[in-house]
Amino acid sequence: MTPAEFYQRDRRLQPPALTPDYKTSVARSPRLSLISLENTASEITGPTFGHGDIDPIDNDLIKNHARTGDPIGERIIVHGRVLDENARPVPNTLVEIWQANAGGRYRHKKDSYLAPIDPNFGGCGRTLTDGTGYYFFRTVKPGAYPWRNWINNWRPAHIHVSVFGTAFCQRLITQLYFEGDPLIAQCPIVHTIPDPDAIQQLIARLDMNASVPLDCLAYKFDIVLRGRRSTLFENRLEGN
Amino acid sequence: MRQTLDYLRETASQTAGPYVHIGLAPGAAGFDIYREELGRDIAGPNARGQRIRVEGLVIDGMGSPVKDVLIEVWQANADGIYPTPDGGAVEDGFRGWGRVITDFETGEWSFETVKPGAVAGRHPTVSSVARRVRDTHPDWMGRTDEAAARMAPHLNFWLVARGINIGLNTRMYFPDEAEANAADPVLNLIEWEKRRATLIATRGEDKAGLPVYRFEIRLQGDDETVFFDI
Ligand SMILES: [Fe+3]
Repeated sequence: MTPAEFYQRDRRLQPPALTPDYKTSVARSPRLSLISLENTASEITGPTFGHGDIDPIDNDLIKNHARTGDPIGERIIVHGRVLDENARPVPNTLVEIWQANAGGRYRHKKDSYLAPIDPNFGGCGRTLTDGTGYYFFRTVKPGAYPWRNWINNWRPAHIHVSVFGTAFCQRLITQLYFEGDPLIAQCPIVHTIPDPDAIQQLIARLDMNASVPLDCLAYKFDIVLRGRRSTLFENRLEGN
Repeated sequence: MRQTLDYLRETASQTAGPYVHIGLAPGAAGFDIYREELGRDIAGPNARGQRIRVEGLVIDGMGSPVKDVLIEVWQANADGIYPTPDGGAVEDGFRGWGRVITDFETGEWSFETVKPGAVAGRHPTVSSVARRVRDTHPDWMGRTDEAAARMAPHLNFWLVARGINIGLNTRMYFPDEAEANAADPVLNLIEWEKRRATLIATRGEDKAGLPVYRFEIRLQGDDETVFFDI
């Protein structure tokens, strides 16, 4: 049986390609309309990953690049569920994250910000959601960092998040922000998203119940991927 | 009471930024952390069909190569079958998925795989009500169900980079499949023939005789590549 098709992506919630306040988008945005394509096998299938692809330590950014000790910074758990628009969990799907260290510096040969590299922090992790769509990472809270856009732009603290789902048309990369960060309101990249509620959906909430006393705080971040139409049953008239 | 729908809303996309390699290809960012990076081998050693190389540039609106783009590829095997979670239908080790980054100096990217086969196209969606009406209509009776037109061999691409707010979807088709391309239902959806041509690679060969397909992706300007809302 071929997998079912997906609901149309709601482009009103998604950032448009051309967002001049985020200057790099100007020369990198298609100007012609996207061609709308009804789902074919090429879009409703997608790669799958298993526990043989990754290691258990991969979701622990406190330990996965530790050399002489733990990284500097505020220890946190980031956790949540990957769901679809029907509120159904997306199990066994690959979630990958990357981030700056507590000082706002990336371990990347192209990053030259003056904050130092942390020898004990790599800055990336990956995991598979469990049978209920749940995932978690342990890490340190990333620092804000300056970037060249206007003269004095600073990115709010954020973690980049990549998710697969079960179909190539669900592929998503986004960024997680932290509740209470005043830089969110000022960030041109955040504000490429036209819908205020969609921005709120990217702000992880402090989750005291999931924190570990005397060890680390926790932030909850649920991710919603596009939902599948239900299978067409003969006894359900509209099949959807 | 006001009626409500209890659907959730898709999480909004944000740019992958300039440091996407840290998360998705840390070796390229300059460090070694995972036992194995994902997406390095698309077809695997057992794949049937013609081995090929695919290469190109992503070019911005100023005509410059985009040097920090990351491309993901999704393709069927030589029989036109996509891998499914339960496996079995494709060769052992055929992932159909790859992750490709550019050379930071030149913007050139390339990968090796096998040429995909033609893929079964979309069956028209017909609700059971519409089907019942149709099947009892005198104009229809006695006709067989529509066959789905096959899609010409193609690679599905998803591009992310700094300055790209939401991943761009496109397809690469093969220049040596003129007949299949002419009948392809997706290419034919594009009203302008000139724009269809933006999805068709050019073909060469390397010194060892391996077919090399070159595919330039133009983000804007004359000959802007067709991108799809899938
Ligand atoms: Fe960042």
